[in-house]
Amino acid sequence: MSFDRRRFNQTLAAATISSLAPFGIVRAQSSKLKVGVLLPRSGVQGFIGQSCQKGADLAPAVLREMLGVDIELMNADTESNVDTARTRAERLIQEGAHVLVGAFDSGQTAAIAQVAEQRGVPLVVNVAAAPQITEQGYKFVFRNFQTAIDLVRNGLDLIGDLFLATHTVPRTAVYMHVNDTFGQAMTRGIGALLPRRTQLPFKIVDTISYDPAARDLTVEISKAKASGADFLLLVCRLNDGILLRREMVKQRWNPMGIISPGSPGMYEEQYFKTLGKYSDYSISNVPWYNPKAPLTKIVEKAFLKQNPKDKMVFHALNVGFTFEALLVAADAYKRARSTDPKTLADAIRQTNITSKMTLGAPIKFNAKGQVEGIDSACVQNFGGIPRVVLPAAAAETKPVFPAPYFKKT
Amino acid sequence: MPLDLIVNVVVAGVLTGLVYGLMALGLSVIFGVVRVVNFAHGEMMTVAMYATVLLFAAFRLDPFLAVVPVAAAFFVLGYALQAGLINPFITRPEHSQFILLVAVAMIMVNVLLVVFGPDARSVQVDYQLESWALGPILFDKARVYAASLALATSAALFAFFRFTLTGKAIRACADNWLGAKVVGLDVKRYYALTFGLGSACVAVAGCMMVLLVDVTPQLGPAYTLLAFVIVIVGGLGSLTGALLGGVLIGLSEALAGLFIAPSAKSMFSFGLLILVLLLRPQGLLGKKS
Repeated sequence: MSFDRRRFNQTLAAATISSLAPFGIVRAQSSKLKVGVLLPRSGVQGFIGQSCQKGADLAPAVLREMLGVDIELMNADTESNVDTARTRAERLIQEGAHVLVGAFDSGQTAAIAQVAEQRGVPLVVNVAAAPQITEQGYKFVFRNFQTAIDLVRNGLDLIGDLFLATHTVPRTAVYMHVNDTFGQAMTRGIGALLPRRTQLPFKIVDTISYDPAARDLTVEISKAKASGADFLLLVCRLNDGILLRREMVKQRWNPMGIISPGSPGMYEEQYFKTLGKYSDYSISNVPWYNPKAPLTKIVEKAFLKQNPKDKMVFHALNVGFTFEALLVAADAYKRARSTDPKTLADAIRQTNITSKMTLGAPIKFNAKGQVEGIDSACVQNFGGIPRVVLPAAAAETKPVFPAPYFKKT
Repeated sequence: MPLDLIVNVVVAGVLTGLVYGLMALGLSVIFGVVRVVNFAHGEMMTVAMYATVLLFAAFRLDPFLAVVPVAAAFFVLGYALQAGLINPFITRPEHSQFILLVAVAMIMVNVLLVVFGPDARSVQVDYQLESWALGPILFDKARVYAASLALATSAALFAFFRFTLTGKAIRACADNWLGAKVVGLDVKRYYALTFGLGSACVAVAGCMMVLLVDVTPQLGPAYTLLAFVIVIVGGLGSLTGALLGGVLIGLSEALAGLFIAPSAKSMFSFGLLILVLLLRPQGLLGKKS
């Protein structure tokens, strides 16, 4: 057989390809999962965004240890702005993000979900409750957080449990809510569910909505106080929650208590720092972490390593759900063995994580990309710390209602 | 609707309005004399708020006492800003001045972000959450103090412009730039002096505002816009107009919140602005140009 120039070239090409193949395998095995983390780290939601970021920052080391998966975080600040969220998501995808995680706020998350769906890149929602996010028939959007309707359902049920546990029967509530996507979704949920909760003894005597960027809530609190309601049912964010509480003190309005049926704000560190003793006795019925879960211990250890002067309890919901969003992405990547977005999305759809940090059922996505069965806890502030008071099985202490400051209006 | 609720809301609206007026005073002073619209107004106030927070954190200095050093520092800063940066733009087209001050505002916001981060900061003093009660009517202490300081600052400025030689010289520069030069006044120095005074007013507002809201670097633009609405309603360049505009905006927001919808409060301040622009374009107490 003659060994002519053509044959020599073919042999050389084959030898080159075969010699490069092992390096290709090595590259595929060592490639990282690039996760674009979108959070409102500045602007009106800056504090909460930064709190969530702590959950993302500790994830790569913990997940490498747990799953042997390498994650590269690509952080982006949405500046608490829907348009910025959209453009940052676009940019992260252009820069090579394989999966997106975010974005705490429903409005921003809805905008990012549109981008993720259009570009065919999976989005794992950490925190955002507006139901429409998983009601659009999206194939690349997944949420491991309660929808507004679930938040309200669990929140209202826990209010009933609270009244039973404290042997109180408030007859009236004034409902105040922040007027944004989340606040409106919660309001629709309360409107739909409260009339059917016949075991709840109270009725809402006034509903007051307010601007999420409000500088002054004097009028709002004046109206709420004038309603003469027994307690304040509140759907707030952090900054407005602080403004509201301050204004209640100034106007000497001391209802039986402040109860959130499922909103952020009153368990955040800044709420305690800014309000001091006035932060006590506020109640939030929210998805929470299970302090006894083995994964919680691991995450808490990593949290304290990264934030030695901080306490994870102030970031419980934010860190818990942000970490779990990254856990979902890493777990899917491990099973998919690929960074191809479609393969990753298919793997996420097959998720079944039983060992989790937050309360409730295992992480399994339904056909809409929604996790069902996430539980809430009734968390009350005592001495500058949020503590679980209900359900009894997870309770760290007993609930106090009415608050000691209560005076009939 | 109970009468005490309405009275309480009106009281709160007037007090808030006076604080707004104090905030807009500096903008009005600067425009009234230098004819430059300070688009960095809200950002300057934010810097003053941070200065107050720092003084409180370092020396436990009450914001009322912090007014003196912060206002003095801002006077120097404002003087230097006008003398070094804005004076060369006085004779240039308005869009150049606009871009210059927007650039100054952007730099301020970003420097604040770099130095302090996006976290909200505040001071905590005893009287901050206290109120006086007169029967069922409540007076928020912090707002009463801030409103009193607004009135005192306005009175001091009014007296300065009316009764001092420097004040009269500044008014001369404002009334007739060429005439002032002809009689030998150093117009650019007086402009710098005016910008310094306006900046000191902004500083006083910042010291008071920190008692009412937490400060973040992004706070500025919203307050720049609010200050514009107030001075346009009251009349650009008019000191009493700024206070009147502030009270009207504060009161309209409060009453709109009470009788219509709290979440639509700011809609009414802009509605008032449109009404004034249609019926009295120079503002309620402004002079026709």
